[in-house]
Amino acid sequence: MDDSDGSLKPRRIVFVTVGTTSFDTLVRAVDTHEVKEELSKRGYTDLVIQMGRGSYIPTTSSGEDGSLNVEYFTFSSSIADNLKEASLVISHAGSGSIFETLRLGKPLIVVVNEDLMDNHQSELAEELAERKHLFYARPQTLYNIIATMNLDTLIPYESGDAVPVAKLINRFLGFPDD
Amino acid sequence: MTIHVMVILAVALMSVVLRIIFVIYWSSKPFQNKSTKPVSTLIILGSGGHTAEMLNLLSVLQVDRFCPRYYIAAATDNMSLQKASVYENQLADTVGGKIRETPQFMQIYRSREVGQSYITSIGTTIFAVAHALLLMMKIKPQVILCNGPGTCIPLCAIAFVFKVLGIRWSSIFYVESIARVKRLSLSGIILYKLHMADQLFVQWPQLQRKYPRAHYVGRLM
Repeated sequence: MDDSDGSLKPRRIVFVTVGTTSFDTLVRAVDTHEVKEELSKRGYTDLVIQMGRGSYIPTTSSGEDGSLNVEYFTFSSSIADNLKEASLVISHAGSGSIFETLRLGKPLIVVVNEDLMDNHQSELAEELAERKHLFYARPQTLYNIIATMNLDTLIPYESGDAVPVAKLINRFLGFPDD
Repeated sequence: MTIHVMVILAVALMSVVLRIIFVIYWSSKPFQNKSTKPVSTLIILGSGGHTAEMLNLLSVLQVDRFCPRYYIAAATDNMSLQKASVYENQLADTVGGKIRETPQFMQIYRSREVGQSYITSIGTTIFAVAHALLLMMKIKPQVILCNGPGTCIPLCAIAFVFKVLGIRWSSIFYVESIARVKRLSLSGIILYKLHMADQLFVQWPQLQRKYPRAHYVGRLM
């Protein structure tokens, strides 16, 4: 706990992603003292925020005083590397980043954007949370979820398979089965 | 005189209705002849998660059967065609020396952006349909693969009209996004209710129970 030499300490990164649009309420929810302190208490060392087109700029911190090292960026052509490096992912509810994270086997908290007009996105997150593949949160409940979550209860996600639908398409068109 | 006109109109209307019923009936039936001839395929990329799901499906389809391939994505979506071309380049590398028809990539105006109000969507939809018509006259695909969102609706509607008019018979396959667990998306509902999709696939069993003509295929992702 009392390790003051940051370079020796293994980095444990929390990666936050809002996707291709903006989700200021999520960035704001992450950028609170209580959330950062809880993450720090749980042994995370870095907070990296992909904030998209949002206008709320999170407070950065070098983390020299033992607190979280906080960085942010707007977009990158691929967040695959960020996801790979992360020990915990906090994501918007888009299916792209949900499945990319689950495939990497990273613990995931999905935060649903309640401001979207057509808010079907919660369906998928709810279903996957019910199956214990991820934690489901709203911006207001994010702190509570982080404070009470037990990562050991998560069940690894098994990737789906496009072969059945490909087979049906082939059969429909009269192509012979292989 | 007027009676003659009315009779002609009535007969014309009747035959259009009968033709539409005929098209809907035969669209839901699998092809009887076992064929190995490749089919020209239009792949409509929906952006983000939709594109990821579509590329996942393409990766298990036999590329020599579904060719030539035409890709269409929304004009505002810069990533999807790029991802598709990465996929096609990988294919070209693995297939190597074999002569293949080069895939084509096109952009289309969208009928509705995420968050756009339904009222302003009307004007943009008309514009999108006109553009879709131009593209479809050029491509005339035998197979259409799509999975939403709205980008695919004008293209599928035109494909359906082409079927009714006898210009081109295309088989329309719609795979509802994995994000839809409880209800079909607007695109899915339109294609389902209007019988425009030959086959509509869903990825969750509870959706199939709600829409019995849909086919449950399990999760793609």
